[in-house]
Amino acid sequence: MITPDSEAALAEVVAQATTPFALLGGGTRAIGRPVVATPLSTRALTGIALYEPGALTLVVRAGTRLADITATLAAEGQRLPFEVPDLRALLSRDGDSTIGGVVAANASGPRRVQAGACRDSLIGLRFVDGTGTVIRNGGRVMKNVTGYDLVKLLAGSHGTLGVLTELAFKLLPIPETATTLALTGLDDATAIAALSAALTSPFEVSGAAHLPGQATYLRLEGFAPSVAYRAGCLQSLLSRFGAVDTDPHDPWPAIRDVAPFHGQAGDVWRLSVKPGDAPALVARAGVRAALYDWGGGLVWLLTDEGRDLRAALGPFTGHATLMRASAATRARIAPFHPEPAPLAALTHGLRARFDPRALFNPGLMS
Amino acid sequence: MDMPLPDPAVLSRRTRILDRLAQVLPADALIIDPTETRAYECDALTAYRCLPLAVTLPRTTAEVAAILRLCHDEGVKVIPRGAGTSLAGGSLPTADAVVLGVARMNAVLETDYANRFIRVQSGRTNLSVTGAVEAEGFFYAPDPSSQLACAIAGNIGMNSGGAHCLKYGVTTNNLLGVTLVTMQGEVLELGGPYSDAPGLDLLGVVCGSEGQLGVVTEATLRILPKPEGARPVLMGFASNEVAGACVSDIIKGGLLPVAIEFMDRPCIEATEAFAHAGYPDCEALLIVEVEGSPAEIDDQLARIKTIAARHAPVAYRESTSEDESRRIWLGRKSAFGAMGQMGDYICLDGTIPVSELAFVLRRIAELTADYGLRVANVFHAGDGNMHPLIIFNANAPGDLEKAEALGADILRLCVQVGGCLTGEHGVGVEKRDLMTVQFTPDDLEAQLRVKDVFDPKWLLNPAKVFPLHVTASRRAG
Repeated sequence: MITPDSEAALAEVVAQATTPFALLGGGTRAIGRPVVATPLSTRALTGIALYEPGALTLVVRAGTRLADITATLAAEGQRLPFEVPDLRALLSRDGDSTIGGVVAANASGPRRVQAGACRDSLIGLRFVDGTGTVIRNGGRVMKNVTGYDLVKLLAGSHGTLGVLTELAFKLLPIPETATTLALTGLDDATAIAALSAALTSPFEVSGAAHLPGQATYLRLEGFAPSVAYRAGCLQSLLSRFGAVDTDPHDPWPAIRDVAPFHGQAGDVWRLSVKPGDAPALVARAGVRAALYDWGGGLVWLLTDEGRDLRAALGPFTGHATLMRASAATRARIAPFHPEPAPLAALTHGLRARFDPRALFNPGLMS
Repeated sequence: MDMPLPDPAVLSRRTRILDRLAQVLPADALIIDPTETRAYECDALTAYRCLPLAVTLPRTTAEVAAILRLCHDEGVKVIPRGAGTSLAGGSLPTADAVVLGVARMNAVLETDYANRFIRVQSGRTNLSVTGAVEAEGFFYAPDPSSQLACAIAGNIGMNSGGAHCLKYGVTTNNLLGVTLVTMQGEVLELGGPYSDAPGLDLLGVVCGSEGQLGVVTEATLRILPKPEGARPVLMGFASNEVAGACVSDIIKGGLLPVAIEFMDRPCIEATEAFAHAGYPDCEALLIVEVEGSPAEIDDQLARIKTIAARHAPVAYRESTSEDESRRIWLGRKSAFGAMGQMGDYICLDGTIPVSELAFVLRRIAELTADYGLRVANVFHAGDGNMHPLIIFNANAPGDLEKAEALGADILRLCVQVGGCLTGEHGVGVEKRDLMTVQFTPDDLEAQLRVKDVFDPKWLLNPAKVFPLHVTASRRAG
């Protein structure tokens, strides 16, 4: 394992490289095709470069542990808006998640329905490309349209375009209170309709999930009087779906981390779809278990091992990612949804220019 | 500001090119008469003008593809155009280029309230997207001040913002998918009514690429339920520093107002003389707007009042009615009109870290005095997106050049304090030559590579965004 302790040292390692690298942050989100290459870790690139609570801005080096960032922000009553999932138990991984890995995976949790994805809070970055050149894009201000937005391109690129070295985020204050409302006994289609009714109301829902056989959940966050008011409004709005109770437990970490699948055998897929399409797709898929988040826009599925879910689904609007399976399955079934040929050609062209020697996670997203 | 000389080979083939365009387009979709193409010689950056080779106004994605395929084949440059409201010269033509305007493509293709999206043709105006969904209680959040006129195509090209992005984000945060026609005439679907890209986020890089990667003909946009209500408070302060500190404290206080607008004394005086909004006589003024039910608004305004009190406001006026809200916004919304009364103006839109607000305003005042010009500041303070308005006289020889030089100095200052050249207007031709202030050659090269992939012959809007000397070899083909 190579662990450069500065951006310059990292750039030098890449410039001198003759064989490919498997890029690593904390190694907690290992998805994609298996990559056989020299591990290159960013975990020695640590530290907060700039934190301005009054401007809701954080600039941090890529190897910094997510836990450290969360603690630093919490001390000022702030947080990363996008509620990063902790997938260690789901993917049977150890270690500490780093912010670089979070960005490489564009990892976003239940709050996405209100606050957007990781890529929406990411306002700037630095990375080393496949020639060993350091490149900066975006900045540390929230509104910035100067030049092309490579920030979005790098977020979610799973280390296939460059090695992230520094990230800049806009932050949000941690709200005074949070309340969860729960409905029980709804079938999947009715549950998604209830979540849709809440999400199309003006009551600012910050979580909308359905755990089949358990409950259908909505989260409200903000100042206490506002949360109480909105909870009351939603209770009357949703009364046609059944009793809407306040849930004293906080189910959101379990939803975020897909806890119902922990310790369960089988492959794990992640569907990104039009929310209203989700229940029918799940029925068509024939799965062991399902968990709906983002009002139905995100569906986690537990399936029999080695099964090609895409073949079972046929054509649909959206995409399916194989998140957990044996190396043999991931070698046989593309973990990332195959793109139409013209898009694949653009993707290939971009990789060829940012990483001309195919050094970074070769084949991981293929 | 230089533009490349027209390609003589293209000019010499003018007749052939126009004949071929006429073969693939309905008669009324091709404009070649100079008296008619004159309407397309510039956008809202009116200081620079050039008649194009021709103007095309297609009605379908297939026609857009035909135009692009033909121009690609002939080696003719194409200038995409939405509604022509760019303040940065994003759709300024050259004499050897064909303008491709999408204004006639303005249909709503699909509205889906349950799944919270609308799909429109890209020539549709920003405000009419909200217009199409407001009866059902929805709106489209990005609201550039030109929203009555500007097209979604241009919003996507420039990644437009607006007054409310502190809460709702800019175009890229509200864009779910596009139909993109490449310069080669290939029709691509990027994204759709679902979250995330299956692979690389190509949609993310297309948004804000200023019409250099492809022509967007259709867009899937996130729509949001309208808040129950909104109400502003107006506060006056004894100095820019104090107003800036108050902005910071409101943000730190856990409040997320939907807008925080800032006006300095020159701007307050100009708008007061023009619109008579009844603004207080003070150095700096903030308009803070919050959303929610009446009780939620009362609660947030009470919290804001407590914070503001720590900064000893010289005026504090909370709206209690629609009419008061309208009057509070009146001056702010008339600011640009008021400047127009004082003379010609250049509107900048550099962004700075909010913490640098007071320093930057002081420095702008010094620079302005050095140049012997006048500047009024009105801007979105919550996100640091400044709008210094430089007043000058276009009829006085040398005045435009002086104003542009001051503008460049102010933008250098924005970059120097950790900000950027443009927060929402785009680079276009206006800030093209300042890109080297913000970016290293390597930073720029990385961006050029993206264009190399999408448009290898560099025919789409090629003389924009990047300094000409940086792109010369690529544009030469």
